[in-house]
Order: sequence, then C-alpha cells, then structure tokens
Amino acid sequence: MKQSITLGKITKFMGLGFLSSLKDLFTGKLEKEDYVNFLRKVVVPLASVLLFIGLWHMGSQSLYNIEAEFKIEKALNDQGPAAAEAMRECIASGDVSCKPNTLPSPTQVWDSYKSLLRDHNIISADKAAFIEKTAALNEKRIAEGKDAITYTGRPSFVDQIFRSLKTVFAGFLLALVIAVPLGIFIGLSPTLKSSFNWFIQIFKPVSPVVWYLLVFMIVKTLLIDSNEDSSFTISFISVGLCSMWATLVNTAMGVSSVDKDYINVAKVLKLGNFQKIFKVVLPSSLPLIFTGLKITLSVAWMVLIAIELLAQSPGLGLFVWEEFQNGANDSNAKIIVAMFVIGIIGFLLDRLMLTIQNWVSFDKTDAI
Amino acid sequence: MATIIKDKTNVTLTENGLFPSSEVMLDLKNLKKVYPTPKGDYVVLEDLNLQIKKEEFVTIIGHSGCGKTTMLSMIAGLNPISGGNISVLGKHIKGPGPDRGVIFQAPSLMPWMTALQNVLLGVNQVFPDATKKQRNDIAKYYLQKVGLEDSFNKRASDLSQGMQQRVGIARAFAIKPKVLLLDEPFGMLDSLTRGELQDILIEIWNKEKITAVMITHDVDEAIFLADRVVMMTSGPKAKIGDVLDIDFERPRTRKSVLEHDDYYKYRKHLIDFLEH
Ligand SMILES: Nc1ncnc2c1ncn2[C@@H]1O[C@H](COP(=O)(O)OP(=O)(O)O)[C@@H](O)[C@H]1O
Ligand SMILES: [Mg+2]
Repeated sequence: MKQSITLGKITKFMGLGFLSSLKDLFTGKLEKEDYVNFLRKVVVPLASVLLFIGLWHMGSQSLYNIEAEFKIEKALNDQGPAAAEAMRECIASGDVSCKPNTLPSPTQVWDSYKSLLRDHNIISADKAAFIEKTAALNEKRIAEGKDAITYTGRPSFVDQIFRSLKTVFAGFLLALVIAVPLGIFIGLSPTLKSSFNWFIQIFKPVSPVVWYLLVFMIVKTLLIDSNEDSSFTISFISVGLCSMWATLVNTAMGVSSVDKDYINVAKVLKLGNFQKIFKVVLPSSLPLIFTGLKITLSVAWMVLIAIELLAQSPGLGLFVWEEFQNGANDSNAKIIVAMFVIGIIGFLLDRLMLTIQNWVSFDKTDAI
Repeated sequence: MATIIKDKTNVTLTENGLFPSSEVMLDLKNLKKVYPTPKGDYVVLEDLNLQIKKEEFVTIIGHSGCGKTTMLSMIAGLNPISGGNISVLGKHIKGPGPDRGVIFQAPSLMPWMTALQNVLLGVNQVFPDATKKQRNDIAKYYLQKVGLEDSFNKRASDLSQGMQQRVGIARAFAIKPKVLLLDEPFGMLDSLTRGELQDILIEIWNKEKITAVMITHDVDEAIFLADRVVMMTSGPKAKIGDVLDIDFERPRTRKSVLEHDDYYKYRKHLIDFLEH
C-alpha cells in the first residue's frame, strides 16, 4: 500500500501520472469513481493511438496505390499493354525492382525497427569478437608505445542514438556554462542588460544552419593543424550556441526580477554582494533558470538532427540523411523509425528536465 | 497641535513637548517625502516631527494611503528622504542597516530556506564573530520564543501564513536591533491568529525592551500594544495629528486591558480622530 502511494507520487512528480492509473488497472484497485478518470487518462489516449495507426495505414495504402497506378499507366503509354501487365505482376509480387517507393505502412516500419535491432546485435557481436581477438595484440602494441587497433566497422542504429545523445549533452553543457553565468551578470546590472540587449535580440533568431556555418568557419581554422575529425566539435558547439538563448534570457529575467521583499530583507541585513547573490538572488531565480534550461535542452535536441546532417557528424541526423540518399527499399521505413526514436527521446529528455525542475523548485506548484 | 504628553517618570519636558535628548531613540525632524508622478510632484509627508523614546512601543494609525508605509520605510532606510532628517540615538541614518529591524506585512521569508536558516541569515550577518554553535543557539532561542521549536527544519514555504510571520518576528528580534519597525505585520492574518501573534510579540518585547514602531489599522491592537498611539493626518502633506498616551500597566493581559475603565475613553479618542 505504502509502496503504491510513493510510486504514484513519483510518476506524478515526473509528469507521468497516467502510468499509475494504468497500474491500478492491473492490480484491480479501480474504484467506481476512478472509472471516468481511467477512461479519460488511459482508454482515450490508447484509442487515439490506434486511430492514428489506422489513419496512417490507410494513408500509406492509398499513396502506394497512387504510385502503383502511375507506374502501370506509364508502362502502358510507353511500352504497350504487355509491359503494363508485366509491371502489374511485378508490383503484386513485391519485387524490389518495381516496388512503389512511398510512405511506408506501420507494419513496414515495425519490421524495419526489428531489422535495425537485429543489425545492432550483429554489429555488437562483431565488435566484441574484434576486441577479443585484438586484445593480446593491443597489449603488445601499447607496451611497444604504438596506438591500439580500434574497431572501425559501421556503427549500428543504437550506436548512432548514443552518439546523438553525447553530442546533445555536450552542446547542452556548453549552453549552460555560457548562458547561466552570462545571464546572471546581465540580470544583475541594468547597464549590462541594455548593452547586451541588441546582441541577444539579433542572435537569438539566427537559424541553426547559419550557426553551423559560423562555427565551421571558426573551428576549421582553429583546428587547422590537427588531422582529427572535427565534426563532433563543430556540431556540439553549434548545438550549444543555437540553444543557449532561452537559458540566457530566462536567467537574466529571473535575476533581475527577484521579489522586492527579498531584496529589502537583504538590504536591512546588509548582506554582502556574494551573500546576496548566492543566498537570495540565485535561489529565487532557480525556477526560471530551469524553465530556460528545459527549453534549451529541447531546442538542442531539435536542431541536433539538422546540424549532424550538415556536419556529417555521426548520429541520428546523419543516419536519416544516409538512408535518404541510399534509397534502399526499406530506407523510408528506417527514416520513420528514426523519427519515432527522435520524438520519444525528445519527450524523455523533457520529462527528465521537468523532474529536476520540480525537485529544485521551492514552490511546489506543478511546472509545465 | 493638541499633543498631550504625560511623562510617567516626571522628567521635565521642554515647552514644545520634546523629550530630553538622552532619552530619545528615534528622532524625525521636519520630515518630507515627495513622489514624482506624471502629473507633477506628490507631497506625501511634510513637516512631520516625531520623537520616540528608548524602550518605547509606539503604534501608528491613520487612513489608508496617508503615508504610514512611506514614513516607516524611510526610517528603515529603504526609501530616500526628500527633506528633513531622521536620526537614531542622535546620528543621522544613511540607508538601511540591522540596527533597525523590519517586520514586513508579508512575511518575506526566503521560501527555499528552512525556518532556522531564515533566522540564521540575519544572525550570521550581525554576529560574525560568534561560533557556529552560538549563532545556532541564538536563532533557536528566538524560534522557541515564538513557539516554533518543532519547526526548525521546515521549509518556509511549507509553513502557514501565521507560522511564517512568527519566523519573521524571531528573525527581527534575533538580530537585536535598536529599533524594530513593523508595518501592519498581522494585517493578513485571521483574528484568532492575530491575537496569538500579538501576545507573542508583546511577550518577547517585554523581555527585550526594544524601541518599537508599529503601523496598524486595528484600533484595539494599537491600544493593547502601545505606550503611545500616534495618529497621522490624511494626505497629501500628512503629518502627526495627535498623540495619545496609553497609561496601562505592563505586563498587560488582554482581559485586564479590556476591563480597564480608561479603555473606552482611549478607543473613543482614536475613533473620533479617524472619523474627522
Ligand atoms: N513609489 C511611489 N510612487 C508614487 N506614489 C507612491 C509611491 N508609494 C506610495 N505612493 C503614494 O503615496 C501615498 C502614501 O502611500 P503609503 O505610504 O503606502 O500609505 P499607507 O501605508 O499609509 O497606506 C499613497 O497615495 C500612494 O499612492
Ligand atoms: Mg501601508
């Protein structure tokens, strides 16, 4: 009993309240008055998911038909009835050479998902075998002062996800390290605020692509001597610069709008600047700072895909781009898989920030 | 100015009702406050003179908007003076400082700190040379005095309004100010809680005998707590309209005050002033 209460609290705290009613369903603890609630929180969302998949299925089916009809028509016009019949049979047989290439159906996407996982398992096994095989050799090479031999095979889809997460966290940390201190300084001094205002207003709306190009220009020159791959550096810096603005603006706003009563208390007690900032100003602006960080993380994740694609930096963005270029028969389905993975990870990152925000914030009203 | 001043110790008073300077804690001389507004300057206070003795408890009443908060925040040093001056023990004030503690109308606690941390914020500042334990003891002593011995480590945001204002009282007394300034500190509380807090306030004050200046809009509260009730005229250009000595013995109980023969006379005096 006690355990279920705490679980309910935790899920609610994380903004995942619907999970606890789902749990109640399985433990059979549903009261009559909970019924409507259950209907609203579980049945309706579930129904909407099914409806979505249904519409998707029908949509992809009709797109498939349009493209098939077009191909047959074209064969008829160009090469006559025999070729058209051959085309019809070829499409019906599902042969790769003539298969209509359009929005994949939910089942195709699910199959691709499974094949991507299989692929990952094969690659991991391969990698493990490689490491085992080279372990002894590497030990010897290191002892001789040579570089170890590393696995250079193709990264799996799961590897790409982790690369993307790594890039987004590096970018997020960069944004945090720049925007929070800068925001504090700007918020504390009206002079700095007015002198930085134009800067913020002009650079905030700049598109990720342009940030990428700017960072590329600078980093390329700075790393001109090094022959290492700079794509990771370029992409995480670009992500950080694109996404830091929300944190900068929110931090400055939080710091400059501390409740006048608190400032008066600090004045009456004659708190020094250090005490005033760390005991009064910062704690009271923490909720706003975290709102900014939450926006920053979601923006970072959103622009990451585009930037990886531009920077040719390994990750989900590059995965999507390569599948699109590749044009294999399941490429479209793989792109849709990536789309869902990107969406779900974005959602989880948002929940993570919300949880931290609820945890640090002093007024326990739910932040959204 | 129909100032009636009866001095209990029978020290001779100067002609215009001033106290001997050795007894004066707080002295407001020809105080003036002007707020610039879009429609021109607004003179809130002008030629306001008030002397408050050491260890005296003075309450201030006046109509809403007459400038009571303005005057108190000027004494606290939080609001610049437009003319005249304010001195504490003969020295002109320059800005705010812990010699003048303030209890605001809103409890103004840092909601992210515990009750104890809120009190310590001031104590640490005022007693920097004391050991950590000594400072803790001071803070805990005053929290006990206001009846919060079980809530040292509760976050301020988890306390009720009344409890928060108790912490506010503890915080103000713990820094041992020369003057305690209170701006309608119980105005937002229900009458039951207000009574409780008045008792707590007067109990600590009886012990510490800090000079106290308290704004209130509650006539009964003004009489129950004060040695003198100061009445302010309505603005603009508000000044001191009248001063009423309250000659009840201390320590007082609510019952003895209510049953005292002079109580209704005092009450009528104040209400007559406010209604004219
Ligand atoms: N910062 C300000 N700027 C302009 N006018 C003000 C300001 N603060 C208060 N006033 C005006 O001064 C008058 C006195 O205010 P206040 O001291 O708060 O009155 P009280 O506390 O007696 O109700 C009011 O008319 C109010 O509108
Ligand atoms: Mg007021």
